[in-house]
Amino acid sequence: MFDGVSNFSQSTDLAFFFTLVVSIFFLVLITVLMIYFVIKYNRKRNPKATNVHHNTALEVTWTVIPTVLVLIMFWLGWTGYLEQSRIPANALTIEVTAQMWKWSFKYPNGKETDSLYVPVNKDVVLNLHSIDVNHAFYVPKFRIKKDVYPNQKRSAWFNATETGSYDIACAEYCGLNHSYMYNKITVMSENEFNAWLNSPAKHPGEILASDTSLIKLPDSAK
Amino acid sequence: MSNENTLSNNENDVSYLEYKGKHSGILGWLLSTDHKRIGLLYLISLSVFLIVGVTFGFLMRLELLTPGRTIMDPQTYNSIFTLHGVIMIFLFVVPGLPAVFGNFFLPILIGARDVAFPRLNLLSWYLYAVGGLLAILSILLPGGPADTGWTFYIPYSVRTNTNVIPALFAAFILGFSSILTGVNFVTTVHRMRAPGMDWFKMPLSVWSLYATAWVQILATPIIGITLLLVAVERIFGVGLFDPALGGDPVLYQHLFWIYSHPAVYIMILPAMGVVSEIIPVFAHRTIFGYRFIAMSSIAIALFGSLVWAHHMFTAGMSDTGQLIFSLLTMIVAIPSAIKVFNWVATLYKGSIDLQPPMLYVLAFIFQFSIGGLTGVMQGVLSVDIQVHDTSFIVAHFHYVMFGGTGFGFFAALHYWFPKMFGKMYNIKLAKRVFWAMFVGFNTLYFPMFIMGWLGMPRRYYDYLPEYQIYHVISTIGSWILVPALFLMFGNFIYALFKGAKVTEKNVWGGETLEWQIATPPVHENFIDIPIVTESPYQYKDNELVLQTQEAK
Repeated sequence: MFDGVSNFSQSTDLAFFFTLVVSIFFLVLITVLMIYFVIKYNRKRNPKATNVHHNTALEVTWTVIPTVLVLIMFWLGWTGYLEQSRIPANALTIEVTAQMWKWSFKYPNGKETDSLYVPVNKDVVLNLHSIDVNHAFYVPKFRIKKDVYPNQKRSAWFNATETGSYDIACAEYCGLNHSYMYNKITVMSENEFNAWLNSPAKHPGEILASDTSLIKLPDSAK
Repeated sequence: MSNENTLSNNENDVSYLEYKGKHSGILGWLLSTDHKRIGLLYLISLSVFLIVGVTFGFLMRLELLTPGRTIMDPQTYNSIFTLHGVIMIFLFVVPGLPAVFGNFFLPILIGARDVAFPRLNLLSWYLYAVGGLLAILSILLPGGPADTGWTFYIPYSVRTNTNVIPALFAAFILGFSSILTGVNFVTTVHRMRAPGMDWFKMPLSVWSLYATAWVQILATPIIGITLLLVAVERIFGVGLFDPALGGDPVLYQHLFWIYSHPAVYIMILPAMGVVSEIIPVFAHRTIFGYRFIAMSSIAIALFGSLVWAHHMFTAGMSDTGQLIFSLLTMIVAIPSAIKVFNWVATLYKGSIDLQPPMLYVLAFIFQFSIGGLTGVMQGVLSVDIQVHDTSFIVAHFHYVMFGGTGFGFFAALHYWFPKMFGKMYNIKLAKRVFWAMFVGFNTLYFPMFIMGWLGMPRRYYDYLPEYQIYHVISTIGSWILVPALFLMFGNFIYALFKGAKVTEKNVWGGETLEWQIATPPVHENFIDIPIVTESPYQYKDNELVLQTQEAK
């Protein structure tokens, strides 16, 4: 449940965990009280009800406490979001093009791929645009999602904390094969990434085949 | 003179179901301006569309049972989830409670003989019928049913070759039906209250219908004009929203949600009214915190109109926009929380009778709490970025719209059915069906929260194998829920023809005005307009107990 692998996963998961705990607390409170009252004040057991009209202290309490709690939640979400919205300078910048129903990625040196390869522990900025309808770039494990529009620029960034291979999904409905607009993002060590980026190989696996002595790949990237 | 006397005698003695006005037979219904008959016209037409919408939903769940193709191709699936959304939202949940129970009971609850504009009321049903027919036409016409999702996001909705235009016009016309109902209710509440019924003596469902009516009037024109602009863009190629023509697709999203978020409150507020109405009756005591509940309806309508852009937290708004809309979304949770706490407090020291309407209301509180709390989660910016456009959202709004409004609708139906028709359904069966609905509903929708957080996007025809377990559980839920729904309707239909006759005025021991008139009501509800001296839900017969307790 809390298995994010980017620089954002900690703040997002903390916000999620906090809201989840508070939500479960209130849900249990409400449900238990409801069941308790229904049993205790059942018509058979309690044929005559007692009128209780209101209690201002109680009303104030259950207005103020939830207000404070939602403000804390808001703050956790807001600070987490701010981190995501501040695009860092000096990052590896990759141009991402979305179209029905595939992704393509262009690296600073002009190299183009249809799966995304990034170095671990390095800021990566994605400049997103679409050439047809709206899409959304979504990497669940990274806790990032950004809508992608035609003729408009959007940017997202992340810093992957663990090597491996993760899913990229399109999260904005885009027609017939929306659900097949899946791809992979492969996170590898910086050395491996640089070697691949500067080689003619389309996939890192191809380098492995040509020069096994140079690079050792993470299993998941093969 | 003698003629008039016979007429009024006729009106006094004969129920609205048997009343003979200018027209008889089917025309007596289709041309009737009686708010009760119009309410029933709505009930019948809404039920038909509910069944259609449920069928589509059931088919979607069946398709998602296994990854890859199960029963249909992706194009059919995309059309079906669009139709499911359009039908459920515009033809069932939005008109839902106000059109059926609002029409039938709002005038009675405030001691009036009809709504302020009876003919306008009939017109709004006709607009609803025309909108509904257009929606059906959009399925049948060549080109195929719309496949845009109920949100009609641009530019996809100007690119697809399916029947988007008829679907847009259907929603447009349905919007007018909604506006007219709103105008009617606001005027009725302002002008038609019985003598003595000041604002804080109104039943709480009237408060919530009143708040809803304002949102209907103020928000619906925006969706009307927006959908019209999409049609203009599609037909004439004017660049408004389509980036290829120099338009802005995000502007469309803003305009869409400026209506469609308040519309969520159009859907839930009346159900909250029903809950506030039913709890005191079956707890047989006065409602806790009447004014807080009444005012929270207004607060929800007000704040709920200012949170629309929380549907767009991944769209790339400015930080200021994100901040304001996230903060307001948090705030709108408070009046809903106040309502829930007051409802639960109303059970305290009550004398609780778990009849079917009460069971549905208690389920409403549980399910609405889950829907509301997960709504708060989505208001948290960083969390929303993860769960936006995933099945977490689908679970959330079904918990609110179905677990909340849907169960509120069923509660109202079980509560008022004997008053409306003078027949009683099988109560034992109704209780059993309730449990099946409750189990089926939660089995169907709860797994969607989990897979949504894990990253299962919504509107997906196919999915990765790791999500299958949740999809299977969810689909099994639909196999419990849907039969239960049909059993519920079966119970009502059987009761209409063969159910035990109810003639007593007050079957549940309610203290609002509808329980003081004949069952079923006569043509103009009240032979003499009542004079209201007390707040609703007094339950004075309990006072004695309270006094003796205090004396001890």
